[in-house]
Order: sequence, then structure tokens, then C-alpha cells
Amino acid sequence: MSNRKPETGAFFQRDRQWHPPAYTPEYKTSVVRSPQRALISFDNTLSEITGPVFGHAMLGELDADLIYNYAKPGESAIGQRIIVYGRVVDERGKGVAGALLEFWQANAGGRYRHKREGYLAALDPNFGGCGRTITDDDGYYRFRTVKPGAYPWPNGVNDWRPAHIHFSVFGHGFAQRLITQMYFEGDPMIWNCPIVKSIPDKAAIEQLIAALDMNNTIPMDARAYKFDIVLRGRRSTLFENRMEGN
Amino acid sequence: MVQQLGYLKETPSQTAGPYVHIGCTPNFAEITGVYENDLGVSMVNDKTQGERIILRGRVFDGTGTPLRDALLEIWQADSKGLYNSPSELRGTADPNFTGWGRCPTDMETAEYRFETVKPGQVPFKDGRMMAPHVTVWIVARGINIGLQTRIYFDDEKAANDKDPILQRIEHRNRVPTLIAKRDGSSYIFDIYLQGDKETIFFDV
Ligand SMILES: [Fe+3]
Repeated sequence: MSNRKPETGAFFQRDRQWHPPAYTPEYKTSVVRSPQRALISFDNTLSEITGPVFGHAMLGELDADLIYNYAKPGESAIGQRIIVYGRVVDERGKGVAGALLEFWQANAGGRYRHKREGYLAALDPNFGGCGRTITDDDGYYRFRTVKPGAYPWPNGVNDWRPAHIHFSVFGHGFAQRLITQMYFEGDPMIWNCPIVKSIPDKAAIEQLIAALDMNNTIPMDARAYKFDIVLRGRRSTLFENRMEGN
Repeated sequence: MVQQLGYLKETPSQTAGPYVHIGCTPNFAEITGVYENDLGVSMVNDKTQGERIILRGRVFDGTGTPLRDALLEIWQADSKGLYNSPSELRGTADPNFTGWGRCPTDMETAEYRFETVKPGQVPFKDGRMMAPHVTVWIVARGINIGLQTRIYFDDEKAANDKDPILQRIEHRNRVPTLIAKRDGSSYIFDIYLQGDKETIFFDV
């Protein structure tokens, strides 16, 4: 986590109007899995302000390359080759160094490598579908993969997930823990999806749509999509001692 | 017009979906050879200080069916009450204890299970001590934003009675939803997403 002094302030209150509510009946599985009572609110304690750290040393050479990290030697995953890159910042716009990002996705045909997955699209023997990386000192990350396919899922009679990549993000405090999904610019399926539409605000949905960035492509190899991630900001601890009455 | 504060909005949450294991515990999902081990499978080693305990239980939906596709993470202090985190400025935590664990619910039994140590006490903002507790984060298909709760321990009654968070809970009959029950070297903590026994979840 570089040489920066660790911050110890409490995180900003989460804007629960911006996130999807727990109960979203169009996404049917949420109906019996959504708490019905009000959440109990309290300001962060040390238990939420602190969080685990993951070092670059744990990363394997191909962890951030889904085209090759499961492929047999000399082979590679099938599909449109893309780079996904961006910056993890907090709500104050400060880069989040040392953030662990884990990502997972279906293959180019829309099929996951999972024993519970029943979609008839073919498995790609050279695609596992998982990767991970840790942000650099300024919060930047990048990885290479293939563009995932859309897939049907049992919800409505004919619901399809738009192409997407799942992201799990660790910031510096356990209260910043976040799982989300990245969508792709120009995909008309985004606006039909009950999971996307669990988010009430259109601007919030747009925050999940990665932009095609032809300036960051690797010519003759892969196109690039930019996906920035914002984690909760935290308060300054400047007056903390006085606030605590010391 | 006034000056703009210029804050960004937090990236909105989306469900972890049914295949969260692929990304977070690929070896458990039988995707082997990519990572040596799944992260968070082991919190302790032979040198870890403190009382060894097992935390286990199941997560039930509103029909009483246990979830077989959930993923839980826990975060806790070491046996002396210190967090293994750069934001921990009170001292250095036990280097043989990570404080963080991750466990999918079993695809057959629906049980989650953490081998850990009993946490020490951590101070609240005003200096009062919080009772020993473990922070829990739960994601799954159908959960739109990760659910946060805490595990307290039924053999810490005196500390629980003085805990500033537990004291704040208005509906006293819900407090037991946060307290794990000792069973030998295990503590059982079942989580109810809905219904009469709904676990208390926090906005924190
Ligand atoms: Fe998916």
C-alpha cells in the first residue's frame, strides 16, 4: 500500500437510494432473499474502518489475463479479445492503492464454467472465467479477457443477461466491500435486464457501463473498455481526538 | 450558485449472482490450476494465539430454505482485540492471524464454516469496549447489495450487556439474532434473511 499514511476516518454514509433496494420483485430471487425490516444504522467503528490487505506478491503471472490463465500451453480462449482498465477511486476522487479486484464472467458464447450452469452454449476448454489484480499506487488496474456473451436465465420466460463482467472489490476498510457488474457500451440488452433495472436511477446504471476506448487498444490484438470504480469516501480524522473528548 | 462539493457517487452494487464461486473461490468451483488456493480459506496456523473456535451455520431464505449458493466473509480482531490492518494504529496484530475469512455455503449441506479464534474486545469511538464480535458480509444470487451483520457470543453475557451497538437496538427481542450459541468448540450462528427470526442487518 505504498508509503502513504493509512487513513482511519469513518466512511461516508452509503446512499441507499443510489444502490438497488433489497426487494426488487422483477428480479424474482430477491423476493425471499430480501430483509424486510429496516437496517440498523450506526457510524463506523474500528471493525468497519479497518480491513484486510492483499499484497501484489500473491498474484500469479497470468492472474490478470483470462485469455491465457486457464488455457493449455500454446492455446488461448476463443472470443473477441479486450482489455478492461480503469481506476479505483473513492467518493473524494482519491485513487485507492492496493485494492484487490476479482472478476468473473461467462465465455464468449455466454456459458459459465460452473457445475450448476445448464445453458446449452458450449464450454471453451481454454477459458476458466476468473481473474484478479491489485491496483497500483494511483489506483489503476487492467486485465485482458474475451468479451463475454449474453445469456438467458430463468426469471421471466425470455430474460437475457446483457454481456457483463462481475467485479468484487476490496478497498481499505471492510465497510467499502462491494460486488458489482460491468456492462458494455452500446449493448441494447442492458435496458431490458431485471437485474440492471433493480437500480432505480438511470445515471447510476450508466455508472456501470464501460466505455469503448480506442486510444487504449493494443493494435492488432485487443480493443479496450474503460471501467472506473468508486468506493465509499472517508471523513478526515483531523478533529477526531477532540470529538472523542480526549 | 455555490461551489460544487465535487463528490463522486459510489459505484452501485449488483448481485453476486449464482456463479460468485467462479470469481471468489474458483478451486471450490472446480476451476483448478489458476490460483493455488482460494483466498480466505485459512485464517489461522499452528502459531496463532488465542482460543481456537469454529463458527458455523446456515443462511435461510423467507421460506425457511437454506441457501446453497451464498458466500460469506468475516472480519474480526485477533485474540487481543487488534485488527490485522494498516488502519489499526493501536498496536500490531498477531502476524499468524489474518482476521479475514471467506467461505461459500456447502452445495449439499448449506453450511458455512470458519476455523478462527475468539476475538478480543475492541473499543467503541467513545472508549467503551465493544463485546467480542465478528463482522459478517453475505452475498448471493437474489441479494442486491451485500448484507452486513455481526456475530456476538452467548458466553460473553456481561460484555454483551454493555456493548454500545447491542444496547442501541430498540427491539430487544431481536438482539438474540446476533448471538451465536456455543456447542463444544463451535459456535452456531444461523442467519435468517426474512421472517419472524429475521437477523438484524446493519447499515454501517
Ligand atoms: Fe453473470
